[in-house]
Amino acid sequence: MDIPYTVEARPDTGVYNAKLGIWLFLASEVMLFGALFSTYILLRTGAESWPHGRDLGLNVPLATLNTMVLIASSVTVVLSWASLRLNDLKKYRLYMGLTLLCALGFLVIKYFEYMEKFHHGHYPSFNTFFAIYFTLTGLHGLHVLGGIVVNGYLWGPGVKLWHRDPQRFTNRVEVAGLYWHFVDLVWIFLFPVLYLL
Amino acid sequence: MAQTHDVESIRRETRTYIKVFGALAVLTVVTVAISYLHMPPALAIVVALLVAIFKGSLVAGFFMHLFHERKLIYWVLVLTVAFFVFLLLYPTLWELNLNKL
Repeated sequence: MDIPYTVEARPDTGVYNAKLGIWLFLASEVMLFGALFSTYILLRTGAESWPHGRDLGLNVPLATLNTMVLIASSVTVVLSWASLRLNDLKKYRLYMGLTLLCALGFLVIKYFEYMEKFHHGHYPSFNTFFAIYFTLTGLHGLHVLGGIVVNGYLWGPGVKLWHRDPQRFTNRVEVAGLYWHFVDLVWIFLFPVLYLL
Repeated sequence: MAQTHDVESIRRETRTYIKVFGALAVLTVVTVAISYLHMPPALAIVVALLVAIFKGSLVAGFFMHLFHERKLIYWVLVLTVAFFVFLLLYPTLWELNLNKL
């Protein structure tokens, strides 16, 4: 049996099902990260003093580079979707490949950052700042990892669907892209909150 | 729907994506540069959050094409924002109430 409305929009919602699905999922993600941002605000306002991330050895240049890397991956994933709409599978593969490289690059840079912290004995148990720092960046990192799995599938074996049902495949890439932009969006807020303020 | 768009409009969109990328990169540099100015904490927080909100709107509006989305998605988001604001404020309100006791 075919899954309904994978390609054409459902008359009552005006969108194909997966698009509504991903937005509902992202709504739940907003609540997940929202709860942790709320936690951060409470911890910070409740503390007698709150350290500046920079003074605790957070690496601002490296985090700035990581911000650029993630923004770049956001633009490449939307370009990969645009390439599919132009029927250009080669370019799709190129842009999706670049997205994957950026995502991996982000995690590698994050790994070095974490190692630098651990080297100085800055574990989550060190103080409240590092507890919330590792919780927020760790959860975000897991989301990046999840994005790599999905985008990796769509770059590799998932392409089979393109030859059978190109519009459905294009929609899959759009939905995966929406998730990926959300991961970028979360970082856009995490970066100033943890590193710059 | 995606493929009912003509080639020219997709190419135009692509150019927009590149411009948005440029804006995001510049704003990232701006927000880092501002953080070195040693403004009073309250002002620094407001400025940094305003820049982040602007950057976030660019990503949501253009990359996630929210500027041209269906009504239903907007409603999902309106609900999300309402609950999100409640989630952010509730602990604070609860604290304030507790302090009165």
